[in-house]
Amino acid sequence: MTTAALGWFASHEIRLAWREWLAMMTGGRHGRRRAVIIGLLVFGALLHVPAYAVIGRYATLQAPLDKPALIVITATIFLAWALMLSQAIESVTRVFYARADLDLIMSSPVALTHVFSIRLAAIAISVTAMALLLATPFVDVLVLGGGLRWLSVYGVVMAIGLSAAAVAIAVTILLFRTIGPRRTRLIAQILAAVIGAGFVIALQVAAIMSYGTLSRFAVLTSDAVAGFAPGPDSMLWWPARAALGDGEALLLLLALGFLLLGTVMAGFSAGFADTAVRASTSTISARPGSRARSFRPGSQQQALWRKELVLLRRDPWLLSQSLMQLLYLVPPALLLWRSFSDPSVVIMLVTPVLVMAAGQLAGGLGWLTISGEDAPDLVTTAPLPPSRLIRAKIEVVLFVIGALFAPLVAALLFASPQQAAVTAIGVIVAAASATAIQLWFRMQARRSQFRRRQTSSRLATFAEAFSSIGWAATAALALSIPVAALVTGSMTAALLATTWKFSPRRD
Amino acid sequence: MASNQSALQVRGLTKRFDRPAVDALDLTVRTGEFYALLGPNGAGKTTTLRMVAGLLRPDAGSVSIMGIDALSDPVAAKRIMAWVSDEPMIYDKLTPLEYLEFVAGLWGTNPSVAESSARELLTSLGLEANMHERCEGFSKGMRQKVALAGALVHDPRLIILDEPLTGLDAVSARHVKGLLGERVRNGCTVIMTTHILEVAERMADRIGVISAGRLVAEGTLAELRQQNGKNDTSLEDMFIALVDREAVAA
Repeated sequence: MTTAALGWFASHEIRLAWREWLAMMTGGRHGRRRAVIIGLLVFGALLHVPAYAVIGRYATLQAPLDKPALIVITATIFLAWALMLSQAIESVTRVFYARADLDLIMSSPVALTHVFSIRLAAIAISVTAMALLLATPFVDVLVLGGGLRWLSVYGVVMAIGLSAAAVAIAVTILLFRTIGPRRTRLIAQILAAVIGAGFVIALQVAAIMSYGTLSRFAVLTSDAVAGFAPGPDSMLWWPARAALGDGEALLLLLALGFLLLGTVMAGFSAGFADTAVRASTSTISARPGSRARSFRPGSQQQALWRKELVLLRRDPWLLSQSLMQLLYLVPPALLLWRSFSDPSVVIMLVTPVLVMAAGQLAGGLGWLTISGEDAPDLVTTAPLPPSRLIRAKIEVVLFVIGALFAPLVAALLFASPQQAAVTAIGVIVAAASATAIQLWFRMQARRSQFRRRQTSSRLATFAEAFSSIGWAATAALALSIPVAALVTGSMTAALLATTWKFSPRRD
Repeated sequence: MASNQSALQVRGLTKRFDRPAVDALDLTVRTGEFYALLGPNGAGKTTTLRMVAGLLRPDAGSVSIMGIDALSDPVAAKRIMAWVSDEPMIYDKLTPLEYLEFVAGLWGTNPSVAESSARELLTSLGLEANMHERCEGFSKGMRQKVALAGALVHDPRLIILDEPLTGLDAVSARHVKGLLGERVRNGCTVIMTTHILEVAERMADRIGVISAGRLVAEGTLAELRQQNGKNDTSLEDMFIALVDREAVAA
């Protein structure tokens, strides 16, 4: 492949990435492009407000910094890196499993090593570009308040983007080689889902265990962490120093980023094609236990139940999301555990977290079971009324939510029966609301299209999010200011009614 | 063996999208008959069959399956019918055996009968070794065979197939044709669309040719030849002549 051809392929990759992103934003509708661009500009402008609230006061920071400040900045940069790593792992996995595309590329007369190197470099570029865009409002706030030296944050974002892509490639390919292609897909999806959240949650857990608070800063600014932290000349502070405008640290960081990406690509490029071939030809066998089992008797409803439950159990998205939800539940669960010996108002945080998690999970489950039907012709031509089919699917969603949240509510019962009752009602209402929204906005799709579910209807997406938030707030207020709970509950119910009014299916 | 009782009776069936897809179609298929529905792309074959299977609501007309009004009592009609589309829709995360168990459960088939039938079907379709593998790695032909086994596992009296041989290799296609032929010999009715005219020529008791949503010719191969005035012509030649004539008339 000539240099010109490599350049052409790189531009092709970037064009594909751009179009995919655009399709995600517009739901594949051309008419929405202008609205999306305007919406993004407005969103970017609005993002300056929270950016100012969060980091405005740090704009005047000057080097040299004390250890707690260095730790907080470094931890923030590490969090950004973890989120970029999560996105990069997801993208790298897709490169190796996008079979239709691979067939064309692998049958073309080009060196596959070059093609995959470019493809992976394109991932590094797109991950970094997205992070640069998201960083812009924050950098604007810092530059306005503290001067042009803060532009160096862009360099830091670029460096950590490159290193995140490098680590993502290495992790994914090592997973391929150690556990095989079929498990890698699942594990990589789980890793991508939990890596970003994991860091924040780990800090929260440390804060709860040490200080009985959810504040992550309690840990980061503690004397204990400062005692463990290395001296001011350590490499560990390079990103923080680079962000503050230290040109030498920035150059070193960028050089490290490029070096890491280059090394990983050079080291693994020989196996790219082999990895892609193995990924595209892997088949997944059922668990051995299912071989001996006979066909089970039961009603049509039970057949539908069983099918939905098996599909949910085998769904990698659901597995990763459930793990993430469980991770999010670890801090409140720890608070709950601590409160048995040390009663505190902080236990009330458990209720909104559980209600919110139930709503979010029910929304995803609802889409997978109601809209995500891979054999629509089969179930439509089956001898049962459509209403029974839908009912069975709804029952499965509520059953799964019940099974996941009942133990947590039961644990809460020991701490506070009243709170347990409010939480149970909140979980049921939030799950039912999210499921109802999925039902009203249902549309035929394949389960594998789950990633794009939020683009099919913006109204449904926002309604689902606000309904979960609304019911979580209502449940929290019901425990502290019951009158206010009436207001938020009514507002959330009104939101649902409005959503139903605008939905394509009002049944 | 075909009887005079009708397995499918369609009267005045009409469906419009941006133009008429099916135009007041009348069609009768006898019980125990292998009926091949032919036509050029976009002629309305799939739309017709999707309306018969209950996948599309017609704008006008009636559909009767074994004497059951399929529009007023769709559940009763679906109980005795099976549908296989050209694009096999199965669940990637289920194994073929699990898929057939689900289908049998949906049709309320006795589990022990369904299980032995499922194993037999998968074996005869060459999927014995893949019975316990999830379908996600299957080729299109393998998926088509799983979908076909799903259509047969509940022992329907009327099987409707839209291009069922698409994507199948010669051996698999022969297996499928053998299975369908056997079902017809046992009294089942098969309605099939196909672009492989040789299959229609060799297997069908009667052939219908549809063009622009209307039935333009129908009969046994001999009757079609007679209608065409040429006794030694092939079905392919007759089909092309008919389609050309309709195109000129339109």
